[in-house]
Parts: sequence; C-alpha cells; structure tokens
Amino acid sequence: MPELLVSERIPVRIATDIVIARRAARELCERLGFGKADQTRLATAVSELARNVIQYAGEGVCLIEDRSDGVSRRIRVVVEDQGPGIADLGRALTDGFSTGGGLGAGLPGTRRLVDEFQIESAPGRTCVTIVMAKPF
Amino acid sequence: MRIPILRLERTLLVSIQVDLTDNDAMQFQSDLVERVAEIEALGVAIDITALDVVDSYMARVINDTASMVRLLGAEVVICGVQPFVALTLIEMGRDLMGADCAFNLGQGLEILNTRIATRGDTRFNEDEDA
Repeated sequence: MPELLVSERIPVRIATDIVIARRAARELCERLGFGKADQTRLATAVSELARNVIQYAGEGVCLIEDRSDGVSRRIRVVVEDQGPGIADLGRALTDGFSTGGGLGAGLPGTRRLVDEFQIESAPGRTCVTIVMAKPF
Repeated sequence: MRIPILRLERTLLVSIQVDLTDNDAMQFQSDLVERVAEIEALGVAIDITALDVVDSYMARVINDTASMVRLLGAEVVICGVQPFVALTLIEMGRDLMGADCAFNLGQGLEILNTRIATRGDTRFNEDEDA
C-alpha cells in the first residue's frame, strides 16, 4: 500500500468548477483501475453535487480522496457548503422533488450511482459524502 | 460560449461539445428557436457525442431544447449519446431523456429525412406563401 494517498481539494464557486471537480474525480477513478461505467457514474455524481452547491449555496468545496485499503479501492468525495441547508431532507431524497426547477433526480439519482451515500444538512452547513468502492 | 448552429437546407445541426452553464444554455436555446423559426426548419439534429458526462441539469437542457423545437413544428433527434452516459442517465432516473435518439449524426439525419418525408409537409413546397 502506498503511504501517500491522493487527496485533492477543489473550490466550487463558478460553473466551470463543476467540470474541474468531475474531471478530477474521473481521473482518480481511472488511475485506481475502475471501469468506464464507474468513472462515468462517479463523474456524474460529483457533477450533480457540485451543481447543487452552486445553485443552492453559492459556493463550497469538493474534496476527492483515495481511501483505498488492503481490501478494496475506494474513492471518497466530500462536497460541503455553508449554504442555507436543505429544509426537508426526506423529500429532497425523493424522486421527482425539486425546489430549484430541476427534474428532481439530483440527490436520489446521485445516491443510486454510488456505493455509499451520506448527507448531513443544517442551516449553515450541508455535507454530502459519497464513496465508490471496488474489491481488489 | 456560443454554440454554432449549422444549416443544411431546411435542417439545422448543432453539436454540443462543452458543458453549458445556465447562461450558455439559455443563449443556446434562444439562438436555436430563433433560427428554427427564421428558416422554418423541418428538422434539427442535436449532437452530443463529445459529452462524456450528462448530469440531470444537462439532460434537462437538452430535453427542454428538443421540446421547444418540436413546439415550433420541427422534428428533432438527439445524436451520439455515449454508452456510459446512457447507462448513468437511466440509473439516475428513467425519464431524464425523452427525445428520440440516434447513434450518430448520419443516422440522425436519415431519421429526420424519413420523418419529414412521411409527414408530407406542405412546407416542402417552394410557394408556401402563395
């Protein structure tokens, strides 16, 4: 196991940052030997989350980390913002619900693309953690 | 970032090569509907071969654009959806992409032409204003 695992912190402020973040996620995915399907899934998930940050919170951060261990390769992405938070998390995770004029597929859709999905939200801090994992 | 709209007789071709921001998308949609109306286009092919990620926002932009074009009276085909984009879109949500699709631009144009021919459109005639 390499001692130093990749960790990249990408600020999310403007629309082009969405592309930067999802590209970084895809590159790490590729480097760790994930297939093209997983690369696209993770890139799309990161795109959704980064877009949410810009749309609802204005700005935030996207942290992309190699969390591989002896058992599996793992990429963890944490997307965090200091925005107003999600008032009704239950509904935000329901298909078809959107307050932002989207299709309402964002969060529930993202959840289906990754292996692990966690969300915490309160006024002033929303944090979504996703993991893409594959056994060695 | 403005998306070029190419004209091929009464058909318009657009190729989306980069991720569109909200403003780009709005500009693109208004440019396209204006152009469709201006030349009374019979068909529009939207090529997205170059997009390796289509998130729900981009899917909405593409879908909405297709609906706008259809509202005006033109046929529309989305061309070149990448295999892993298709896979991801369906996993995310089944109704993200509703427009008709084709493997590539060539097939898209074929579909448009067939459809335009079968609808026997009077607008094919030169003297439509007569």
